[in-house]
Amino acid sequence: MELGNSLPRQSAAPPPAAAAAGEGESHWEGLEETDEFRRLVRARWRFVAPATVFFLVYYFALPLSNGLFPNVMRTELIGHINLAYLFALSQFVMAWLLAFFYIRQAGRVFDPLAEKVRERASRGR
Amino acid sequence: MSITLTLFLIVVGITLVITAWAARRTKTTVQFWAAGRTIKGWQNGLAIAGDYMSAASFLGIAGLIAFNGYDGFMYSVGWLVAYLTVLFLIAEPMRNTGKYTMADVLAYRMSPVPVRSAAAFSTVAVSAAYMMAQMIGAGSLIKILLPDLDKNLKPYFDWAIFGTKLDPSIALVGLMMMVYVIAGGMVATTWVQIVKAVLLMGGAIFLSLLVLFYFNFNILAFFNKIYSVKDSATKLPFTSPGILYPYGKATILGVDKALVENVSLGLALILGTAGLPHILMRFFTVPNAKAARSSVAWAMGLIGSFYIMTTFLGFGAAALIGKANICAQVVTGFKCAPGLKPNNNMSMPRLADFLGTYFFGTTGGEFLLAFIAAVAFATILAVVAGLTLAASSAFSHDFYVGVVRTQVFHGTVSEREQVLVARITAALVGLLSIWLAAKTGATANVAALVAGVAFVIAASANLPAILFTLFWKRFNTWGAVASLVGGTVVTIWLVAIGPGWTLPAVAHPAFPLQNVGIVAIPVGFVLAIVGTFVGDLVKADRLAEVKFHEIDVRAQTGVGAEASPVPA
Repeated sequence: MELGNSLPRQSAAPPPAAAAAGEGESHWEGLEETDEFRRLVRARWRFVAPATVFFLVYYFALPLSNGLFPNVMRTELIGHINLAYLFALSQFVMAWLLAFFYIRQAGRVFDPLAEKVRERASRGR
Repeated sequence: MSITLTLFLIVVGITLVITAWAARRTKTTVQFWAAGRTIKGWQNGLAIAGDYMSAASFLGIAGLIAFNGYDGFMYSVGWLVAYLTVLFLIAEPMRNTGKYTMADVLAYRMSPVPVRSAAAFSTVAVSAAYMMAQMIGAGSLIKILLPDLDKNLKPYFDWAIFGTKLDPSIALVGLMMMVYVIAGGMVATTWVQIVKAVLLMGGAIFLSLLVLFYFNFNILAFFNKIYSVKDSATKLPFTSPGILYPYGKATILGVDKALVENVSLGLALILGTAGLPHILMRFFTVPNAKAARSSVAWAMGLIGSFYIMTTFLGFGAAALIGKANICAQVVTGFKCAPGLKPNNNMSMPRLADFLGTYFFGTTGGEFLLAFIAAVAFATILAVVAGLTLAASSAFSHDFYVGVVRTQVFHGTVSEREQVLVARITAALVGLLSIWLAAKTGATANVAALVAGVAFVIAASANLPAILFTLFWKRFNTWGAVASLVGGTVVTIWLVAIGPGWTLPAVAHPAFPLQNVGIVAIPVGFVLAIVGTFVGDLVKADRLAEVKFHEIDVRAQTGVGAEASPVPA
């Protein structure tokens, strides 16, 4: 990055004292390069990225299959309840389940890691 | 009709009392805009649900399903799944980095003057478009409650503004709402949202149960009846996709036009929510990120349950009344009064009238109609309040205080002056939306309007700016302004030259699609990226990249987040 040339950059995580307030940006960069912060970001993306891809694919499968295979989607499974309606209904279940898993993961993994970074930040000041 | 009107006025009166009470407690800016940051997670969840479930959800979706069957249900699905975008990417980082408005987050990294101005522009555009639909919804209710009002008021409205004659019902109810909103603040709206969310859920559950009771709780019999309702143009049963946008009729670039419309609509529904200023503001009212997260969970539970019930409400109206008989005034046997045209926005109140009469006699019908109309009215009032706040805070906090007063005139601004500017903005946006509503016409479906304009602006202008500010290191002021202004302008332009929703339909529009998201949203993202590279080339904005490290840490962890006055 250009930034690397324009600003002095600390490569390793600095001791908290070096990241004292008043040094401005190096304080934040220092925090960004701590082990806890990197673990937090990695843990979050490892959940959020695949979950986002999944729900987008699952959601757009509904209008796409309605448009591409209308006759298949009009197949009636229970009485006059058809595949299109049941697929639409399953989107609600999908959304609720993904939200539940995210919140569980956030409480178990993300929050403790974020707390550690916040502690380090307050010690650093 | 007197019972209906009396009960209606009582419910509306109660909401006004709550506002007056809350308005007296609104003293400081943090209270006015962020409710003191003391709202609990579940309360905020109810308030988000209240803010979100507008006339579009309560009147609009039921109307779309009642008139077009299955295709209307796509709105319900999309508007719930959209919350995953909010939950995964937006809610917590916004709470961690924001203060009062969306622009606060952008202004962290970018040069404040251009981004605050651009964000004020897109926020006012989203709010006005959203509010226009609410005004149409409120007008539809008044037309049912007071069928002669339009006729009686007509002499006073016999003049045009820029070639558009105002609709008397819409203008009257719109002005009343503006007075209400301008008196209150965010604390008031939070409580009104909560009360209204409870009323709305209660009303929907009650009507759904009555529909089921009509069919002796036999779901299969209910679906048999829906199946027997056939669309006159396509001959399809109402359970089938392809009535709102018929498949196999036309193509665009070799792809079925109906498919393109549905995917385009889906994009706006899924991505728009995460860019709605009045929903984003809700995350600044809670103490911390964890509360922001739990409020999304509460909201998703409520919103999802409501949207599943649109099955009974929308299909119920189609099966029991039929679209030909849904209009402002009915005569014996639930037939449209002579000379009136069907209006899909009236499906919910008409269903209430029908079920009440069927189960409890004529008085029961009047009573239930009044109750549902009052709930719908409270819904609209509360949403208009939230929207007005978003628009007026964007203008007064972001533009007037952040740009005009501090950058141009270099003065300090008293809170009184700030709130006064907010109120003037509120009045102007209200008048704009009343005019837009009259121009669009009272029979345009309110859900289609909200999804077709407000959600597309939110997704094409606001979402790229927010996402890239939070997650893209190279993003800069040029990119932010390009997407905020460009996304808004492109959306409005495409809708203006497209077929739109005004009836009768435009024959040969310059842009073929009603839902413009499939073009406008990618354009918004591309503008953000191209703008960023141009900004890089002219080396305009080195600070944005430096500041990224700060926003990155803050967004992810909540270090230095705006505190709540009481320990969470």
